[in-house]
Amino acid sequence: MSRTRFTRRLPAAAAAAGLALAVAACGGESSSSSSGAAPAAADQLKPDADLSQQTLDITVWDGYTPKELPEKAKAELKIKEVQIQTHDTNETAMTKLTAPGDSGIDVAFVSGQYAQALNEQGLLEPIHKELIPNLANLYPEATQLSYDKGNNYSVPYTWGTTGICYRSDLVKSEPKSWNDLLKPPAWAEKKVTMLATERWLALPALKSLGYSINTDKDEEIEKAKELLMAQKPHLLRYDDTTFGDRLVSGEAIMVEAWDGWCPTTDPKGNIKFTVPKEGSDLWVDTMVIMKSSKNKEAAHALLNYILSPEIHGWAAENINYKVPNKAAMEQVKIAKGSLLGTTPAELLNGEAAIDLGQASTKYTRLAQDVTAS
Amino acid sequence: MRSRPRLLYVPFWLTYVFLYLPIVVLVVMSFNSGESAYTFDGFSLKWYGVLAEDERIRDGLVNTLIVATGATVVATVLGTMMAVGLARYTRSKVMDALTLMPAVLPDLVLAIGLLVLYGTIQLTLGLYSVVLAHGLFAMAFVAAVVRTRLTGTDTSLEEASRDLGAGPVVTFVKITLPQLMPGIVAGALLAFTLSLDEFVIAFFTIGNNDQTLPIVIYSMIRFGVTPKINALAAILLLVSFTAVIAGQRLTKIGESRAQD
Amino acid sequence: MPRSPGRWLGAFVFLSPGLAYLVVLMLVPLALVFSYTVFQRGRFGGVVYEFTTENFERLFDPLYLSVVLDSLKIAALTTLIALLVGYPTAYLIAQLPKKWKTLALVAVVLPFWTNFIIRVYAWTILLSGPGLVNSALAKIGLGPLELLYNQGTIVAGLLYSYLPLMVLPLYAAIERLDPQLREASANLGASGFATFRKVTLPLTVPGVLTGCLFVFVPSFGNFVIPEMLGGNKSIMVGNLIRNQFLAARDWPFGATLSLALIAVLVVLLIVQAWAARRA
Repeated sequence: MSRTRFTRRLPAAAAAAGLALAVAACGGESSSSSSGAAPAAADQLKPDADLSQQTLDITVWDGYTPKELPEKAKAELKIKEVQIQTHDTNETAMTKLTAPGDSGIDVAFVSGQYAQALNEQGLLEPIHKELIPNLANLYPEATQLSYDKGNNYSVPYTWGTTGICYRSDLVKSEPKSWNDLLKPPAWAEKKVTMLATERWLALPALKSLGYSINTDKDEEIEKAKELLMAQKPHLLRYDDTTFGDRLVSGEAIMVEAWDGWCPTTDPKGNIKFTVPKEGSDLWVDTMVIMKSSKNKEAAHALLNYILSPEIHGWAAENINYKVPNKAAMEQVKIAKGSLLGTTPAELLNGEAAIDLGQASTKYTRLAQDVTAS
Repeated sequence: MRSRPRLLYVPFWLTYVFLYLPIVVLVVMSFNSGESAYTFDGFSLKWYGVLAEDERIRDGLVNTLIVATGATVVATVLGTMMAVGLARYTRSKVMDALTLMPAVLPDLVLAIGLLVLYGTIQLTLGLYSVVLAHGLFAMAFVAAVVRTRLTGTDTSLEEASRDLGAGPVVTFVKITLPQLMPGIVAGALLAFTLSLDEFVIAFFTIGNNDQTLPIVIYSMIRFGVTPKINALAAILLLVSFTAVIAGQRLTKIGESRAQD
Repeated sequence: MPRSPGRWLGAFVFLSPGLAYLVVLMLVPLALVFSYTVFQRGRFGGVVYEFTTENFERLFDPLYLSVVLDSLKIAALTTLIALLVGYPTAYLIAQLPKKWKTLALVAVVLPFWTNFIIRVYAWTILLSGPGLVNSALAKIGLGPLELLYNQGTIVAGLLYSYLPLMVLPLYAAIERLDPQLREASANLGASGFATFRKVTLPLTVPGVLTGCLFVFVPSFGNFVIPEMLGGNKSIMVGNLIRNQFLAARDWPFGATLSLALIAVLVVLLIVQAWAARRA
């Protein structure tokens, strides 16, 4: 159980869009030159298009949609073919979507700030809201997320926050502050891990200093860097992917973690998750439709289908992530220990990460400097 | 030899313990019935079953074989030609060094060079981009092996052929090639083996929907340790062990034939 | 030397395809990479063609310079240990009876035939907190020790991966020695050690140099082993380069680091060639 859950994905992670964004520059050009041929305005999509002539290629984190989704969608929507490809991080997704040439992808799942970056590159089809009536099922809060207010080019699929995941039986006192991670007490020496992807690496330090996670002020980032460098000798390691395993095995006892990835449903019941008092972020994983898609009607139909309470709720129960769908969450059965019960209001206490444009390189530099030190 | 100081046996055995301890642990843990990669709970073959059902590993294996085959063909043809050209038609030190360069350059440098090149010409990455990359460094090894063979062969036949008016191509096909065959086969085998295990260059130059086995293993391990990997290790070990033994037997048979 | 037109034709026919391949896939890419060192980074990777010396200034920033020096240290230590362990091993193998000799040699190479990544992974199982070594230590009332995620672990992993590359050339060099030389030395009353120091060692220096090079080069530019066994905490220049291209999107700085990597190796090659000539 825990294994498959951990391997699901790198949550809103992988702030460094890496090679992905690297190629995005070129990708942007090539697709904008081809976008002349693609329909751009809403009236060019036909609500009554024959979906049985359309096929869908979807790229999504491994295990992030229930296995039976393609079959169900095919049967329900009468789409000719639905194929799932997987990516393990936002980085690899971005590589796929921005690589030169046609990616062949119709629908992609990426985190909010990546959707924003893709949109800035002109790679996304605007969402044709009249084709997705189920948007009404979303929490009102989920339509006003800072990276895309009004869901103009992205539809939220899951959301959550970042906090401290810990072994309640092995810590001497429950962690309450980011400082418990940043200046670990003696009993946690070399038993702490941190996320290494740049924005999440900086998050605990920025929050404990009282700064915004979207700050682009050099002096604030510099202070955060000092904190992180001082913390480094006391860490077990930097870890984005296996911290859950390490908590279960006892190798780590306190880790910085994305909520959905903290194995709180572990049968022994002594793994807990807390959002430190200084606050944290709100991450959102979204669904986007590619401008290069030739099956946009089917893509909209699929998004609408996923937003139906049954399917979205079923997805939440199966993958154990909170979904921003009010109608769906109202019917979800919440397992013991599961964090699905967190309310949108609580989530919205978190600060949403937005794409920082040119300033994002400052976080890259910070992560480089900290790991190199 | 008579003078074998006892003390020397310490590093000798240390070497073997060091080389085999991790492997023994891997093999033993592959029979673990539990979920943990660290503690042995009891004997079971279940991880082999899990492994057999893993599509990613199966696809990875197929991709690896495709890449290795393609790279071997490219490297063997070009490498052999290079070796012959270098040994018979020019004595340029620069050409010599250039031919060997892909084998000497750090794989990481070769990998980023190719990444930059592919990015610059906006090539859509796939398996073939890895074939081209692997062919490059494998070619250097093939050329080196074939050249060793060439320096050992008699050139008088080739000269006779040329004196009788045969062009370079005819001489090559009729005279040189048959003499070189053992070297070419050895070079091809080396190229194939190197490509099978190559990770760094493939990691930088492969398309997103294709993964070779080393890349599959790498990304699995990134997400944590699982006894499935141990089972895979045990099988790979068995395969290489068999291959080595078979290779030994074959050489022995070949040698005894040659002596007959 | 090609004198006749036939020779030229032959050289052209046999060399041009491979040469074209080398130029397009190796020399052009290298030229591109090195040209990047003087340009500025693009936001999404690639380069902006504006001249800058910033990349080189950053290379000499103590922070990054120390990573390069650490990598040198780690690779040198690995090479030294490989030599100290590998020489006696190769020496003994060379003197085993023929039957055992083959077996011993095959046994050195065999681990090399399992997947490289898996070989490294095996060490995380051995050394991790709940791993085998710590369990064994616990049985005798010691530990647990912090064995993973430091420079020592990286050295162990590199040594494990590349030790066979030291043993093989050493074996080849020692095997080639005429046993009569040593016998003569012994007959002349030299002690075993004196024979080794005066006869065996000097004659095997080329093998030593080759072995050292074979171990040092892949160790110095490695990024997989430091990543898996260093826990992203201890990193080497290879990790820096990888990160510049795959995470940080700073191709020019990555190119500059690669240039530094190659420069170090070229210096070493020159030293090696010089030492080999003197030996």
